[in-house]
Amino acid sequence: MRVAVTVNGTDYARDVEPRLLLIHFLRDELGLTGSHWGCDTSNCGSCVVWLDARPVKACTVLAAMADGRIVRTVEGLERDGQLDPVQQGFVECHGLQCGFCTPGMMMTARWLLDRNPDPDEAEIREAISGQICRCTGYENIVRSVRWAAEHPEGPT
Amino acid sequence: MTGGFGSRPRKEDQRFIRGRGTYVDDVKLPGMLHGAVLRSPHPHARILSVDTVAAEAHPKVRAVLTGESLAKRDLAWMPTLSGDKQAVLATDKVRFQGQEVAFVVADDHYAARDALELIDVEYEPLPPVIDARQALDPGAPLVRDDHPGRADNHIFDWEAGDAERTDAVFRAAEVTVSQDMLYPRVHPAPLETCGIVADFEQISGKLTVWATSQAPHAHRTLYSMVTGLPEHKIRVVSPDIGGGFGSKVPIYPGYLCAIVGTMITGRPVKWMEDRSENLMSTAFARDFHMRGELAADRDGKIRAVRVQVLADHGAFNGAAQPSKYPAGFFGVFTGSYDLEAAHCQVTGVYTNKAPGGVAYSCSFRITEAVYLVERMVDVLAFELDMDPAELRMRNLLRPEQFPYTCQTGWVYDSGDYPRTLRMAMDLAGYEKLRAEQRAERGNGHLIGIGLSFFTEAVGAGPRKDMDILGIGMADGVELRVHPTGTAVLRISVQTQGQGHETTFAQIVAEELGLSPDDVEVVHGDTDQTPFGMGTYGSRSTPVSGAATAIVARKVRERARVVAAAMLEVDPDDLEWERGRWFVRGDPDSGRTIAEIAWAAHSNLELPDGVEGHLDATCVYNPPNLTYPFGAYICVVDVDPGTGKVDVRRFVAVDDCGVRINPMIVEGQVHGGLADGIGMALMENIAFDAEGNCLGGSFMDYLLPTALECPSWELGATVTPSPHHPIGAKGVGESATVGSPPAVVNAVIDALRPYGVRHADMPLTPAQVWRAIQGRPFRTDLAIS
Repeated sequence: MRVAVTVNGTDYARDVEPRLLLIHFLRDELGLTGSHWGCDTSNCGSCVVWLDARPVKACTVLAAMADGRIVRTVEGLERDGQLDPVQQGFVECHGLQCGFCTPGMMMTARWLLDRNPDPDEAEIREAISGQICRCTGYENIVRSVRWAAEHPEGPT
Repeated sequence: MTGGFGSRPRKEDQRFIRGRGTYVDDVKLPGMLHGAVLRSPHPHARILSVDTVAAEAHPKVRAVLTGESLAKRDLAWMPTLSGDKQAVLATDKVRFQGQEVAFVVADDHYAARDALELIDVEYEPLPPVIDARQALDPGAPLVRDDHPGRADNHIFDWEAGDAERTDAVFRAAEVTVSQDMLYPRVHPAPLETCGIVADFEQISGKLTVWATSQAPHAHRTLYSMVTGLPEHKIRVVSPDIGGGFGSKVPIYPGYLCAIVGTMITGRPVKWMEDRSENLMSTAFARDFHMRGELAADRDGKIRAVRVQVLADHGAFNGAAQPSKYPAGFFGVFTGSYDLEAAHCQVTGVYTNKAPGGVAYSCSFRITEAVYLVERMVDVLAFELDMDPAELRMRNLLRPEQFPYTCQTGWVYDSGDYPRTLRMAMDLAGYEKLRAEQRAERGNGHLIGIGLSFFTEAVGAGPRKDMDILGIGMADGVELRVHPTGTAVLRISVQTQGQGHETTFAQIVAEELGLSPDDVEVVHGDTDQTPFGMGTYGSRSTPVSGAATAIVARKVRERARVVAAAMLEVDPDDLEWERGRWFVRGDPDSGRTIAEIAWAAHSNLELPDGVEGHLDATCVYNPPNLTYPFGAYICVVDVDPGTGKVDVRRFVAVDDCGVRINPMIVEGQVHGGLADGIGMALMENIAFDAEGNCLGGSFMDYLLPTALECPSWELGATVTPSPHHPIGAKGVGESATVGSPPAVVNAVIDALRPYGVRHADMPLTPAQVWRAIQGRPFRTDLAIS
């Protein structure tokens, strides 16, 4: 079947199997490998992308369900060569180690900050609680998101 | 900027935050095919037939492998890291649920999975061995009838310490305590599962594999030994790795299937396991059934420890540790205490479970050892009605006792244990917490305060004692300073998130006075780097970090000779200050490393016997292990109605010697603490009576999220390792080793009003509630 999706501002159309998962569509069909596949059961959140401006777990969304809709991935966080403050926050606060969960964490963090520009620690923890990180113990992810909240214009 | 050590952002972050990392599953080669593994639904069954006709007829299928077809290539079995053998694809029997039976190579991943459904395997189910405690019973089903002459499920017996002396101390002791405890089967569960892309070039005969490997050089050697391909025709690339934690040390059957797949089809073959395959078949850890005993004086002086262990290794002995240590470094079960005698006896058995166990951030079974001794100290405190902090303080090794040879022969290099424990108690406000606990008990509120004090032995290791499959555990390194003064460092160890590209550059920078930004670290490619044993057991900094410091010092000495030629003085007249050699008494005369590098490559006339250029190599064979240690305090609130545990606070004071990049050190501690909460409260791979794995997805195998973890409170003491060139000790596994007993001790402490002395991990709400009722259950078997 034909699937047409706008990803990070670019229009794509591909003929795919109806059962193809969005995560595989992004990674294998479009070559956007920044979003990761980690568990199949919507538990780990390595695959979190935005579908029409809401975070979804792309391992449990069919590519067909994204037809005609807008997807944003980690590759679309940077704008005009300017890092998103969330990206910079993860660097400043050591919010990543192996980097595998990082794209999904950052997509959720950006979504949170768009709705709540000044989240406290509990709100940040709640927002990322559907995602797993095996390296950081979450502390520095929380700090990274706080850094982004405190630097809405990015590094100065 | 010059100078090396200190917190600084990581170089590798720049690609990860942009989604531009390259993990194995991101590797896409022209013409690449995809593999999938058919797995056994039975824990124990004879294979009567495997019919692949329908699968082979699938229009997108390029090859189907079975045990029979691998046997024709002599590849149906492979050696394990423990000198056992493991089935690549089953030929005679399946021995655990999830075991590899067939491998399909197809045009795409979905088609490969479809074709698995077309393979018809006829099984004759056999009774399984599921309860490790019954594995040695007379009449127990025989797991490994492939071993000629084997009549039971016994793998090994191993002991350490002095049994007679220990027994004598126990007989004379005023107080003895004994406790059975299980360290359950858990899984490292890195977010990136295991996988490979194998590409065999038929003209040149060169095999290139991109693999999730913590030890690319060791894997190259193993692939050569197993496949018969000459080692120089094998290149292992370990690109970005999405966490390893020990699970990416061994070679798994899927890797070999992909290699055979590329050799048969002439096209690259990718195989990535899915999460259920990961949890059910690759790399479990722990599964130690332990009985601990302490002998002590009535005033709390601990005199001896005695331990018996039954180790469940599953269907194949795939444990990863140096050859002479079948129970890993469990021998440090004497802990951080000054004892008169110690003895342990470990028996390994086969069961119908996934093979293992790997070293899951445990420094080769030190996790189990620390849990044992730290739980036992709390059991003794319970019996003596003593404060567990006071009991530890009374028994800790004193600073003047280092270097200290423990009762099982390990030589602890350095430490000031009481200072570290005191710092943790001060950070936690220990005495105040105890007062709060007493006050709240009156209100029915259960607060628990748990301590652990751990000592690790990491950085394997001295090659005379430590090897894996005969390969000594020394690491090579190469450093080259380019003519314009920037440098490239080539290391054998492989980061899985530890930040080697940053910290190893910092070591060179510290030694040569360069900016870390001017040092490129090359790793993860066997064609580009010198031989070494890889990253696990917290060995990167203790071994390769030492090699890096030494190779930089070699370069510095070479630079001295060149600088002397430049300045027309004797090398002995030169002094070093960061980044410069200068004539003694004339600081203005100095030459920087960059200036010297240019001269070393120029037409400057060098003394006879001095080669040009500015580079060096080194192979570092550690004289001893390093012994990081720490004091942890966990505070929990337990709901007596539901058994739910909330970790309110966690204080961790780590001493890992000199810290190269404190930010990275603290990050690693954070991650290990979360691991500890997971293992203590949530993670478990149990089995039902039929041998079904009950931890086969993240729906069942529970990992801590941001909500289960508190905001960590860290402290540090620094006791440099006396034999490491920069005094570093390694830290990657400290928190994973040290935190589980602190959490468990806290929960049991909270349950004191109910008279609970012990309950096995994981302390789920059900387990805690059962403990309150006085009947905690076994966590290795399904709840009955």
